[in-house]
Amino acid sequence: MTSPFEYAPAPESRAVVDIAPNYGLFIDGEFTDAADGKVFKTVSPSTEEVLSEIAQAGEADVDRAVKAARRAFEKWSALPGSERAKYLFRIARIIQERSRELAVLETLDNGKPIKETRDADLPLVAAHFFYYAGWADKLDHAGYGADPRPLGVAGQVIPWNFPLLMLAWKIAPALATGNTVVLKPAETTPLSALFFADICRQAGLPKGVVNILPGYGDTGAALVAHPDVNKVAFTGSTAVGKQIARTVAGTDKKVTLELGGKGANIVFDDAPIDQAVEGIVNGIFFNQGQVCCAGSRLLVQESIQDELLDSLKRRLSTLRLGDPLDKNTDIGAINSEEQLSRITSLVERGEAEGAERWTAACDLPEAGYWFAPTLFTNVTQAHTIARDEVFGPVLSVLTFRTPDEAVAKANNSQYGLSAGIWTEKGSRILAVANKLRAGVVWANTFNKFDPTSPFGGYKESGFGREGGRHGLEAYLDV
Amino acid sequence: MPTTASAAAAFADVTASESTLRRFLHGLPGVDAVGLEARAASLGTRSIKTTSKAYAIDLAISMIDLTTLEGADTPGKVRALAAKAVHPDPTDRTTPTTAAVCVYPDMVATAKAALAGSDVKVASVATAFPAGRAALPVKLADTADAIAAGADEIDMVIDRGAFLAGRYLEVYDQIAAIRAECGDRARLKVIFETGELSTYDNIRRASWLGMMAGADFIKTSTGKVAVNATPANTLLMLEAVRDFRAQTGVQIGVKPAGGIRNTKEAIKFLVLVNETAGADWLDNHWFRFGASSLLNDLLMQRQKMATGHYSGPDYVTVD
Amino acid sequence: MSDTTRLSVFKTYKLYVGGKFPRSESGRVYEVSDSKGNWLANAPLSSRKDARDAVVAARKAQGGWAGATAYLRGQILYRVAEMLEGRRDQFVREVADAEGLSKSKAAAQVDAAIDRWVWYAGWTDKIAQVTGGANPVAGPFFNLSTPEPTGVVTVLAPQESSFLGLVSVIAPVIATGNTAVVIASEKAPLPALSLGEVLATSDLPGGVVNILSGKAAEMGPHLAAHLDVNAIDLTGADADLARELEIAAAENLKRVLRPRTEDFAESPGTDRMTAFLETKTVWHPTGSLGASGSSY
Repeated sequence: MTSPFEYAPAPESRAVVDIAPNYGLFIDGEFTDAADGKVFKTVSPSTEEVLSEIAQAGEADVDRAVKAARRAFEKWSALPGSERAKYLFRIARIIQERSRELAVLETLDNGKPIKETRDADLPLVAAHFFYYAGWADKLDHAGYGADPRPLGVAGQVIPWNFPLLMLAWKIAPALATGNTVVLKPAETTPLSALFFADICRQAGLPKGVVNILPGYGDTGAALVAHPDVNKVAFTGSTAVGKQIARTVAGTDKKVTLELGGKGANIVFDDAPIDQAVEGIVNGIFFNQGQVCCAGSRLLVQESIQDELLDSLKRRLSTLRLGDPLDKNTDIGAINSEEQLSRITSLVERGEAEGAERWTAACDLPEAGYWFAPTLFTNVTQAHTIARDEVFGPVLSVLTFRTPDEAVAKANNSQYGLSAGIWTEKGSRILAVANKLRAGVVWANTFNKFDPTSPFGGYKESGFGREGGRHGLEAYLDV
Repeated sequence: MPTTASAAAAFADVTASESTLRRFLHGLPGVDAVGLEARAASLGTRSIKTTSKAYAIDLAISMIDLTTLEGADTPGKVRALAAKAVHPDPTDRTTPTTAAVCVYPDMVATAKAALAGSDVKVASVATAFPAGRAALPVKLADTADAIAAGADEIDMVIDRGAFLAGRYLEVYDQIAAIRAECGDRARLKVIFETGELSTYDNIRRASWLGMMAGADFIKTSTGKVAVNATPANTLLMLEAVRDFRAQTGVQIGVKPAGGIRNTKEAIKFLVLVNETAGADWLDNHWFRFGASSLLNDLLMQRQKMATGHYSGPDYVTVD
Repeated sequence: MSDTTRLSVFKTYKLYVGGKFPRSESGRVYEVSDSKGNWLANAPLSSRKDARDAVVAARKAQGGWAGATAYLRGQILYRVAEMLEGRRDQFVREVADAEGLSKSKAAAQVDAAIDRWVWYAGWTDKIAQVTGGANPVAGPFFNLSTPEPTGVVTVLAPQESSFLGLVSVIAPVIATGNTAVVIASEKAPLPALSLGEVLATSDLPGGVVNILSGKAAEMGPHLAAHLDVNAIDLTGADADLARELEIAAAENLKRVLRPRTEDFAESPGTDRMTAFLETKTVWHPTGSLGASGSSY
């Protein structure tokens, strides 16, 4: 059904960002080629156009970067915290100044809508640097004893779903506490990290404090295994997280992991229905569902299932899928061909196992990687799509009868990253939150992030917390 | 086609007593304020450009109840307003007329005469507007007077004192009485004064109360208090009319009034309509803006779209 | 044209109240001299009515300032540092004149003052994490303690340290959401009045900081007894005045920060913030989940 009020195209201009035809590795304050000259291409997933050619870091580059970070560590960790703080404040302010440019860049490289990069990703990136800048000279007050010391060189591997934000989550606390870093961005989204390197130069950050090594999984593995890395931080899949845990076993390396999830969004019969629908939509379709803490399981109280699903489907029909640079786009492209086929095969599995599929009617563009918002009803705990992380815009709907059954089902997972609770009753929020085995619980909201708020999982969703005072611990020798 | 009268009948058991009505209203789904405001704000980031902007501007103009509700109103003032409603932009005859002119009951006859031959309706406030503090017979007489003078629409106020004191049935009965007085001679808009009702839960309850009692429109505010129409309270009322039609088949209009001063804001409201209640409400039979200064901003924006350059106050009329 | 032949334009020093720059309602001024007795400028000699008006402005601004996010307050305090950095030379001259310091010693003071704003900018969104927390009460309750700003604080700025000391007493008050009425050093008020210019260009809402010049002994008693002031920082009062004001403050049990010897060059702790914070502890029932006898 078309409305007479059709929104005309409202594209954000690409002119604000200048993407060079190629980029090198960023080691010791300079951009350089990879030692073996290898390069790879990064594409825009909404159009499949090649954005740039990027140097691909090999083992020799990893070694050189870690050595640069080690050299820089001596002086960096000896600086008074108030001076480190001022570098980080500079970085935060420059990010704010260049937010529009970085948002467009991130949308091009990742595929997510400009509305999200502009209104969610970039403000949070700046806020993370701003928040941790302020801790640099206050570590005595952080609850870790007097004068807690940094660990040394941090090897950090981040995913493609929130490239610059994941970089901020890693680098800001590491630098604030006096560590130096070598960071590997994901192979499908290297660009914002490389622009960040430029921002470090604008801020006058001493060379070697931040090093950026684009590459694939092998680059990350080499970094994690490097003997002179003191601290490993990884955000990504649970499978790789387990590999990393095995790799660092028996060493002195401290490690934190932020892995997958299958978040349960629990809607009780007294939920504020219209806001719950928004929360469900936000929970699984924000960032095309490519979020570790996505509310990918809807646990709805059986007595209101039909009414809720009717409202939900009606709401899903207003979602706008298309050009991520259009300011009115709600659903962007899937990040890669690989991810798209993973989603597709899991959805096929869901159908094969007997769950009932409903997909929003969407015109998918010719080029690019796209998946229309989809939900499965009549899903039970026994279905693959109730257990396995799809990491896409696919919601599995299960029911429950009583609050304790909701909790039991929510906890019945190898994961434990996030959960949502929808009810108007305050005591029920607190009772249920108390029992949920999840690191982040959202009540009457979802997908809310803040640099002051610790984030991380239980069980196979990983260990360690990022954000807040708690987020300092990972980077201190305590 | 279901009518508001059949809606009232459908809720007969709900409105049978004070306690059944209270239980119904208090049993409606709650509203999470943070979530509601976030949804309204998010819809406010829609970027409406070029053709869609032109459509929205003309639609908004056609939805205005051009209003003057001042103690100092005179026939001269009302005639000038009426002339503007019919020909908003003297430099451009393609400009749509506004939906209506909104005045006090004793100005209805003047407005009616000034609007003769046009499609612009005459809306009259009534029931001891804006405070609503008078006995029911006085409110009925106020209404009857306006209709006798030729009002096509009545904008009544509910008794907020009774509502906040929990006397829901009394509020309902008053609306029903005014509805009966209007009969099929005038469409009835029911004003809640959302700023005084204060909570979103109250606004949801008042919306259902008004719709069950036979409102043709539910309206946010009188425009005479500090906080009038907001995106969030209007979004809530759009959800209410959407749900009411889903349940009863009866379609009811929404009118935000007061505090909408420029085109950008007006377009945000139209986006709310479009993405909540839906396209069926994108028509001045089902959605109105209670405004006065908004019109000139819409006209200046319309001029810019036509000419390509920014306009100024000298190129629109002061009533 | 060289500087020696060009006549300079003197600055008229005004109060900073409610985001504006009024003269004293009394119309009075007093002479401010440098350490050698040379005349520097006339400064407003504020009256109790100026103090009264400053409290009104501070109260008006307090709700909005406390209601802003901690992040926003942090960014505004950082902006003060940005603006101050740009005017570093101006303040180096003013502090050198005010305190009879060499240019390099004055510069060290100004640099430390800029860094002090940065220090407090970084506290706004952390103080709650350091002073608040969940309390594990012995019952089915979720119990949370959080700090809240006390409200309007009168601050007697240090008499000697006209800039670093001044900044060190103002920033911690406002970082947490209080608003301040500041009585500048009597003999060295000019850096304080100039600070008003910096605050006015830093997106700091009017009324959050109000700066009065004049005699602490004249204005102090009115502010100490003022029932719409929630707390008083007596740093700039001598022992006799401090005692007198503490007695007056008892009228509405203001929170009192007594004067002490301190070295403003040292890194501050958190006590200048916690002195002006209330602690609110809220109990929420959690109940149990659904077994018989469920309490929710």
